[in-house]
Amino acid sequence: MKLDSKIPEGHISKKWTDYKDHLKLVAPNNRPKIDIIVVGTGLAGASAAASLGEMGYNVKAFCYQDSPRRAHSIAAQGGINAAKNYQNDGDSIFRLFYDTIKGGDYRAREANVHRLAEVSGNIIDQCVAQGVPFAREYGGLLDNRSFGGTQVQRTFYAAGQTGQQLLLGAYSALSRQIGLGRVKQFNRHEMLDLVKVDGKARGIIARNLVTGELERHSAHAVVIATGGYGNVYFLSTNAMGSNVTAGWKIHKKGAAFANPCFVQIHPTCIPVHGVNQSKLTLMSESLRNSGRIWVPKKKEDAEAIREGKLKPTQLAEEDRDYFLERRYPAFGNLVPRDVASRAAKERCDAGHGIEANDTNEGVYLDFSTEIQSKGRQAAYAKGNHNPSAEEVTKLGKQWLEEKYGNLFTMYQKITDENPYETPMKIYPAVHYTMGGVWVDYNLQSTIPGCFVAGEANFSDHGANRLGASALMQGLADGYFVLPYTVSNYLADEIRTGKISTESQEFIDAENNVKNSIESLLKNKGSKSVDHFHKRLGLIMWNKVGMARNEAGLKQAIEEIAALKEEFYNDVYVPGTADELNPELEKALRVADFIDLGQLMAMDALQRNESCGGHFREEYQDAEGETLRDDENFSFVSAWEYMGYDISKEILNKEELKYEFIKIAARNYK
Amino acid sequence: MAKSALLKSSIAKKYWMALTGLFLCLFLAGHLAGNLQLIFSDALHFNQYALFMTSNPAVKLLSYLTYISILFHAVDGFLLTYQNIKARPIGYAKNNPSKNSSISSRNMAVLGTLILVFIVTHMVNFWAKMHFDENMPLQTITVEAMGQKQELYLTTNEGYMPVAQVAKSYEDATKTGAQSYIANRTEFYNTQAKVKIGEGYKDLHKITVAFFKDAKFGLIATILYVIAMAVLAFHLLHGFSSAFQSLGLNNPNWTPKIKFFGAAFAIIVPILFAIIPVYIHFFLK
Amino acid sequence: MSSAKNININLKIWRQKNAKAKGSMETYKLDNVSTASSFLEMLDQLNEQLINDKKEPVAFDHDCREGICGMCSLYINGRAHGPDTGTTTCQLHMRKFNDGDTIFIEPWRSKAFPVVKDLVVDRSAFDRIQQAGGFVSVNTSGNTIDANATPIPKQDADKAFEAAACIGCGACVATCKNGSAMLFVGAKVSQYALLPQGKVEASQRVLNMVRQMDEEGFGNCTNTGACEVECPKGISLENIARMNREFLKASIK
Repeated sequence: MKLDSKIPEGHISKKWTDYKDHLKLVAPNNRPKIDIIVVGTGLAGASAAASLGEMGYNVKAFCYQDSPRRAHSIAAQGGINAAKNYQNDGDSIFRLFYDTIKGGDYRAREANVHRLAEVSGNIIDQCVAQGVPFAREYGGLLDNRSFGGTQVQRTFYAAGQTGQQLLLGAYSALSRQIGLGRVKQFNRHEMLDLVKVDGKARGIIARNLVTGELERHSAHAVVIATGGYGNVYFLSTNAMGSNVTAGWKIHKKGAAFANPCFVQIHPTCIPVHGVNQSKLTLMSESLRNSGRIWVPKKKEDAEAIREGKLKPTQLAEEDRDYFLERRYPAFGNLVPRDVASRAAKERCDAGHGIEANDTNEGVYLDFSTEIQSKGRQAAYAKGNHNPSAEEVTKLGKQWLEEKYGNLFTMYQKITDENPYETPMKIYPAVHYTMGGVWVDYNLQSTIPGCFVAGEANFSDHGANRLGASALMQGLADGYFVLPYTVSNYLADEIRTGKISTESQEFIDAENNVKNSIESLLKNKGSKSVDHFHKRLGLIMWNKVGMARNEAGLKQAIEEIAALKEEFYNDVYVPGTADELNPELEKALRVADFIDLGQLMAMDALQRNESCGGHFREEYQDAEGETLRDDENFSFVSAWEYMGYDISKEILNKEELKYEFIKIAARNYK
Repeated sequence: MAKSALLKSSIAKKYWMALTGLFLCLFLAGHLAGNLQLIFSDALHFNQYALFMTSNPAVKLLSYLTYISILFHAVDGFLLTYQNIKARPIGYAKNNPSKNSSISSRNMAVLGTLILVFIVTHMVNFWAKMHFDENMPLQTITVEAMGQKQELYLTTNEGYMPVAQVAKSYEDATKTGAQSYIANRTEFYNTQAKVKIGEGYKDLHKITVAFFKDAKFGLIATILYVIAMAVLAFHLLHGFSSAFQSLGLNNPNWTPKIKFFGAAFAIIVPILFAIIPVYIHFFLK
Repeated sequence: MSSAKNININLKIWRQKNAKAKGSMETYKLDNVSTASSFLEMLDQLNEQLINDKKEPVAFDHDCREGICGMCSLYINGRAHGPDTGTTTCQLHMRKFNDGDTIFIEPWRSKAFPVVKDLVVDRSAFDRIQQAGGFVSVNTSGNTIDANATPIPKQDADKAFEAAACIGCGACVATCKNGSAMLFVGAKVSQYALLPQGKVEASQRVLNMVRQMDEEGFGNCTNTGACEVECPKGISLENIARMNREFLKASIK
C-alpha cells in the first residue's frame, strides 16, 4: 500500500492557504447533480453535512441515534481551544500548533495540526454567529479558561456543557439544511458496509434500526464521521452506542487504519462501582484548574480509608501526597492527561489507592484549598477584609458552585457523596482514541472518495490529545476542511451522473451484510453479547491499557483471537432481523471491536517505545517518564486489512517529518 | 399567516383564555361590590344598584363583554381540553402528578365546567328573573299611617305609589277601576290618561332573600352556593397567575408578587361572595 | 459507594412488539440489584436475565448515560425520569428505591411520540420543530465577524445558555397532562431571542416553530408547571412566557 499524505509544499503558515486557493471547485449549478453521504452527526459529521448542504450538494446524513442532536460530541464538558489570544497571554496560532504537537508527543503531522490551529479562531466566530451561548465576562466579551498541557488561557466554554452547546449549534445548522431539503436525514440508521465501484467509494449499505430493512444508498463521495473506538474497552466514557463499525467496515474495504494503539485514558473519571457498571462518567478536566490531586502518603492511611476507618478530611496536610505537584511543579495538576493518568496508576499500583472497590483504584481530587482561596477573594471583593472562617468557606463553596455546579451535582448523584464537603474520588478511564482511519491532508482515506473526519480519523492528536482539542478538530474538519477538499475530489465527478444502486457491487455488499446478520441470529449460542464485550474489555484494560508490555500484548493478541472464535460459536442473539433489535446491533458492533482490539494489541506490540497515551513498561526512564524513540518510531503505523485473520494485517509506515518544530523530550516539569 | 396564527395557534388560544379570564376577574370584583350591598346596605340601594346595572348603557356594554367572555372562555376551554385529551391517546398505568403540579392547575376544565353550571343556574335564578320574569315583584314598603298599614311601591323618582291603587294591567284597571296600572313590568300608568306617571324598582332584594331563606330549598341553595364559590376559588387559584404567564408576563421580580396577589384574590373574593347567602340564610331577620 | 447494598425488586414494564402491536404491562422479578447501580444498569441486568432465559429483552432508549444526550426516557413510578428531580433516567440510581419495591416503567405517552417498541418512542417531532426555525441562518464561512465584535451582556448570555441547556429528552411532553411541548419550544425560541444573533429572524422563527409544534399534535399549555419540575435540566417556565411574548409580537406585526 502506498501512503501519500499529499502535504503541500511551502512554509507551514502558508501551506493551507496556498493549497486551498488552488483546489478545484464545483460550480454552483453542478452541485445539485452530486450526492454525498455523511455517516455520523457529531461535531464533524453535522458540521460537514450542514456545510456541504449549504453549498448545494445533495447530502444524506445518517446516525444510529433517534436524532442527530444526540451524537456523543454532546457529552464533551470542558471547552474548545482557539488561538484568539483574547486574554493577551501570549497565545498565537503557532503556539497552539506547537502545544498540540508537543502534547501529542511528536507523533502528529505538522501540516494538519497547523491547519487546525489556523482555523481554530474561525470556529469560535462561526459558533458565536450561530448563537452558541459561550460563557462571557461582565463586559460582555467571551471568557476563557486554561486546560491541561498549556500555559495560556485559550479554552472557550459554556459551563460544563461546551460539547452540548457546540453540537446543538452544528445541529441547528444541519436542521436548517434538512428543513430546506438540502440534507436528507436518516435517524436510527446504521452503516454496515461501504460500497466500492471501480475502486471508488460509491455508497453504503445501511440498516434501518426500526424496521431492520437493509437500504442501499449511493453517492459520489462518502464522509465517515463516526467518532472513536473507546468502547473496545467496554467501560469507557463513550456513549453506549459509540462504535467503530463504520471505520472498521471501510478498513475491511481497503482503508488503512492508523495508530490504533493510541488511546487516551482520561485522569478524572468516577471510579468503577461494581460488576454491573455499564459506563464510566467523566469529571471535566476543567476541575483540575481548581482541584488538587492527592493520595495518602502512608499506605496504612490509604488502607484505613478504604476500610472506612478514616475520612480523607481527617488526614493532616503533611500526610497527603500531592503527587502531580510533587513530580511536575511547572504544570502541577494541569499536566496533560496521559501524564496525570499514569501518575495516578503508579500511586494506586504502589498501594496508595483510596477507593474501596476490587482494585482499590482511586485518588482524591480535593477542592478545599480552592474553597479557601476563592472564598477569601470573594470576601475581599465584597469589601470584607476580615472574613470569618465560615464566611470564607461559604463564599468559596458558592464560587465552586457557580463554576462547576452541574459537575458537582452529577458527581453527587452518581456517588452519593458531597464533593463540597469531602474530596472527589477519581480514577483514569478510557476517553478518546487518537488513532483512527488513516487520512491524507485532504482527510481522504486510502479509498478514493471516502473521507474520514473528527475522532474517527487519526490525523491531529498524535499519541495524546490535549484537553479541549477534540471539539476544535471535529468542527475544523467539518466546517473548514471537508467543504474544500471534498469539492476538490468531486470536481472530477460532475459528469458521472446518478449512481445506480442496482449494480452488482451494491447487491453483493447487501448480501454480505444480510449473511452476517443471519449467521449471528441463527447461531444458537449460550452467552449474551455483553458477556463477550465485557471479556474483551477486561483483556484490553489489563493488557492494552494504561501500561503495556511485550508479554502482556502477546497474550492479549492470542486471547482476543480465541475470543473471536468463541464469539462466533457461542454468542446468543435473540430476536429477528426485521425489527428493532438492540442485541443484534450490539453483536454487529462487538464483532468489529474484537477485530480492532487485536489490531490495537498488535500495534502496541510493534511500537517499541513509550509515547503519549502509549506507555510500554520496557521504555521508561528512572523516574517513570516515557522514553520515546524518535529514531525508529517517528512514523504513523497504517495497517492494511488482509482478511479474517487479523494477525495477517500488514503494517505500512508514514514517516513523520518535523520541519518547523524542533523535536524534543516532552517535559512538563 | 400572522393573522390566522392569532386565532388558531395553541398560543393564541392561551391569550384568549388569559384575556377573557382576567376580564372575568374584573367582573367578579364588580359583581362582588354590588352583592355586598345585600349585607351592608338596604333593599332600596340594592335594587337601585340592580336597576343601574341593567339599564346604564355603559354597563350594558360591559355586560355584553362579560357574556362574550364567559362564552369564549368556556368554548376555548372546551376546545383546549378536547385537543389536550387527544394529545395523549394512551394514558399512564401509573401516574403521580401531585409531585409536580397543583391539583387546581390539573383540573381547570372540571372546575370551569362546574362554574359554568353554576353560572347557568345562577342566571336562571336571578338574572333571568330580573330580565324576563313577567311576575317579577316590584319593591314595596309598608308604612303605618293612622294606625293602618299601607303598602306602597317605591318609584325611581323617589315617590310612592300605594299598592292598592295599582292594578296588574290595563284590563284589570278598567275592571276594578284602579287609578293606575303597571305596564312593561315596571312602569306605572294613569288609567284614564294612559300616561306614564312613574317607574318602580324590580325587587331583586326580595327575590334573593326569599331564595336563600326558602323553607324547603334555602339551606340547600346556600350550601350549593358556598360549594360553587369553593370551586371558583380553586379555579382562580391557578387561573389568575396563569393568565399572566400566558400573556408572557413572567419575570423573577413580578411573578412572585402576581402569584401572591392571585392567591389572595382567589381566596378573598369567593369567601366574600359565599358569606352573603350564609348571612341571609342564617342571620338576616 | 461503600454504603451500597443489594435489593430485590418487582418490575412492571410496558411491552409492545412494534408500533402497530397492542402492548401491555408485564411483571418481572429481579434480585440482587446493587443500589450503586444506575437505573439503566438495573435494566441491563434484567435484560441479561431475560436473554439467559431465552426471552426477549426489553428495548429502551439510552446512549451517553451521563445525562446529556437526552436519549433516555422512561416514565418511572408515575414520573418522567423517575422520583429524583433534576435527573435523567441514566443518572437515577437504585439507591432511590427500597428492597421489595414494585417499580412501574412506561414509555413517554404522547400522540406526537408514538411507541416504536417496548419503551422506545419516536421523538422526531422535536427534530421537525427545530428544522422549522430553530437556527440562525448563517452559512459556514471563514468570514463571519469576530466573535468578540458584538458584546453580549453576561446576564443575557447566561439566560440564553440556561435555555439552551435543554437536552430534548421529551420529559416535558411526557409529564404534561396535556402532552404539550411548549417548554421545549419555549427554550429554543428563548435562546435565540435573548441573543443579538437570533433577533433578526425572531418573528419568523417563533411563528414557524409554533406552527410546526401545533401540526405535530402536541397539546396546549395550561401552565400547570409540571414540565419545569420534571425537566432534568431545570428549564424555567420563564421561557414559555418569553415565547408567548415573542409570538404575540410576531403575530401583530
